[in-house]
Amino acid sequence: MSKTLFEKIWDSHIVVEENGRSLLYVDRHLIHEVTSPQAFDGLRLNGRKVRRTDLTFATMDHNVPTSDRSLPIIDQTSSTQIKTLERNCKEFGITLFDINSPNQGIVHVIGPELGITLPGTTIVCGDSHTSTHGAFGSLAFGIGTSDVEHVLATQCIMMEKPKTFEINIQGKRKNPHAVTAKDIILSLIKKIGTAGGTGTVIEYRGDTISELTMEQRMTICNMSIEAGARAGLIAPDEKTYQYLRGRKYTPKNYDEYVNLWRENLKTDSGAKFDKSFTFSAENIAPQVSWGTNPAMTTDVTGNVPFPDEYGKGNPEEEKGATKALQYMDLKPGMAITDIVIDRVFIGSCTNSRLEDLMEAARVVKGKKVSARVRAMVVPGSQLVKKNAEELGLDKIFKDAGFEWRESGCSMCLGMNPDILAAGERCASTSNRNFEGRQGTGGRTHLVSPVMAAAAAIHGHFVDVRELDLN
Amino acid sequence: MEPFKKIKSIATPLDKVNVDTDQIVPKQFLKLIQRTGFGQYLFYDWRYEKGGLPRKDFVLNDPAYGHSRILLARDNFGCGSSREHAVWALDDYGFKVIISTSFADIFYNNCFKNGILPIRVSDEILEKLFSTKSEIEVDLETQSIKADNVSISFQIEPHWKKILLEGLDDIAMTLLHEEQIASYEKSHKI
Repeated sequence: MSKTLFEKIWDSHIVVEENGRSLLYVDRHLIHEVTSPQAFDGLRLNGRKVRRTDLTFATMDHNVPTSDRSLPIIDQTSSTQIKTLERNCKEFGITLFDINSPNQGIVHVIGPELGITLPGTTIVCGDSHTSTHGAFGSLAFGIGTSDVEHVLATQCIMMEKPKTFEINIQGKRKNPHAVTAKDIILSLIKKIGTAGGTGTVIEYRGDTISELTMEQRMTICNMSIEAGARAGLIAPDEKTYQYLRGRKYTPKNYDEYVNLWRENLKTDSGAKFDKSFTFSAENIAPQVSWGTNPAMTTDVTGNVPFPDEYGKGNPEEEKGATKALQYMDLKPGMAITDIVIDRVFIGSCTNSRLEDLMEAARVVKGKKVSARVRAMVVPGSQLVKKNAEELGLDKIFKDAGFEWRESGCSMCLGMNPDILAAGERCASTSNRNFEGRQGTGGRTHLVSPVMAAAAAIHGHFVDVRELDLN
Repeated sequence: MEPFKKIKSIATPLDKVNVDTDQIVPKQFLKLIQRTGFGQYLFYDWRYEKGGLPRKDFVLNDPAYGHSRILLARDNFGCGSSREHAVWALDDYGFKVIISTSFADIFYNNCFKNGILPIRVSDEILEKLFSTKSEIEVDLETQSIKADNVSISFQIEPHWKKILLEGLDDIAMTLLHEEQIASYEKSHKI
């Protein structure tokens, strides 16, 4: 019988099936400091061990400071959480990339770059953006802390089988430096809504997707959760196999695996999806979010919408838009390019990899950050930082007036000192523009690294297609 | 986990779509390393003024709902971050039932793991419940909601119903499959 890629991975990981639910085996479990302490406590309370320490990897990313790491952490609660992870990893025998490790970084950046993420595997982590790893054709999803404990103890997870959702993206972008993977995914979420993918695993298909680099594919899969999906998947291809070759944890007999993956890891022709959506990438414009969820997004050439225009007859959505505009302090009808910003954040598991920084640096090179803007770059991992510095990107950013930071989640969620003050407006390459996400009262506009860089220079949003980016 | 019992209470109407877990518990309260005590941070930024005074216009601060154990929510409740702290906060505050037209997947799952019953109902039924001024009774055993002398039935996955009613430890349940897990591990490489 023809199967989708998702069904193949799902079926090959079933340990037991009962009452319409499956006990799935977990190949890789990633943990971090914020959603794991209570899980380890649960293990201790019940006298349980970590079943597969060899398949479990930890790092600290959410609340680590991105300033000088030789200094002690001032925030006592953050420090306690970090020390707790160190203690738990030591006690239970788990590999930890700690704050001083050259492999420390955002968990979804280091998984792929260390070759922990592999095609055809199942990956879980107590973080919703685990969907990122789907870019490699692995079935990867975020879980709560109770499930973290469950996976630590059993290496399995009990789940109801999600539905399948095919998203077919066709066509060539006219200016791929200006219209990025971020613009594709924001544009998709705008179309299908923040609950458009609820209960499903998305498989992204089509020539637009095949053409993307691995890092761009990660940006797409990363934001699957912003469309409500459990996971996002892209079938692996030669780019995938090449990317993972020779990394720290890539298996020794790699070519044997690659041969198997080439044969198996694709959706069979004739396989049926529960749901389908097709759109063209040809005419996508650079995107800017104007509201307080990622679907509240529009073209940079557009205007802030009127609530009734956004609600399209749905009174709840209309009410939501009215509240969002109030929170964002924006007037309906104003041009997106007239929105003046105070802060710029280039970072997060969505857009903090080397290519993101290279693309942003293209805009920044030889220019100065607007006098009204404070801008920072937070590389996704220590390895990204090192590679970027070898290319001289740090110098380009610093010369322009950007702060060049240590790696971590940073201002994507403001758990460390990198936060917006109330009322500050930020062009951010992160994934969520929820109220208070980057700091209580802070206002977030989700954009691509190129748009964020351009906003830093100009002090407001600009149509980056008009810049010379080649 | 405590077995789930019948719940009868006034329902708190939270009239907003797409409520994300960043609103349910803002990030500044995620640094605690225990599961308890999160109720005071529930909806913190909506519930309190900057100085820490309760905001009069937020429904949780309305004394009429002071002892409420049922939350009425709107579409896509619990979207965004996977933080289970959101469920711990709802539970610690006293909510045992959340009724909405839809929930985000991870949040929905997290509820059952903590003895909270999330119920999906149609738009029409939700509107009816939003307009009810009297107490609502939720009975998981019979899968029914009683409001204004009308009984409405709801659907629930049998697996979750059993876990809630019996207060089962799902790790212990999985470990009953030890033999199958071990045998899977033997044949499964990578």
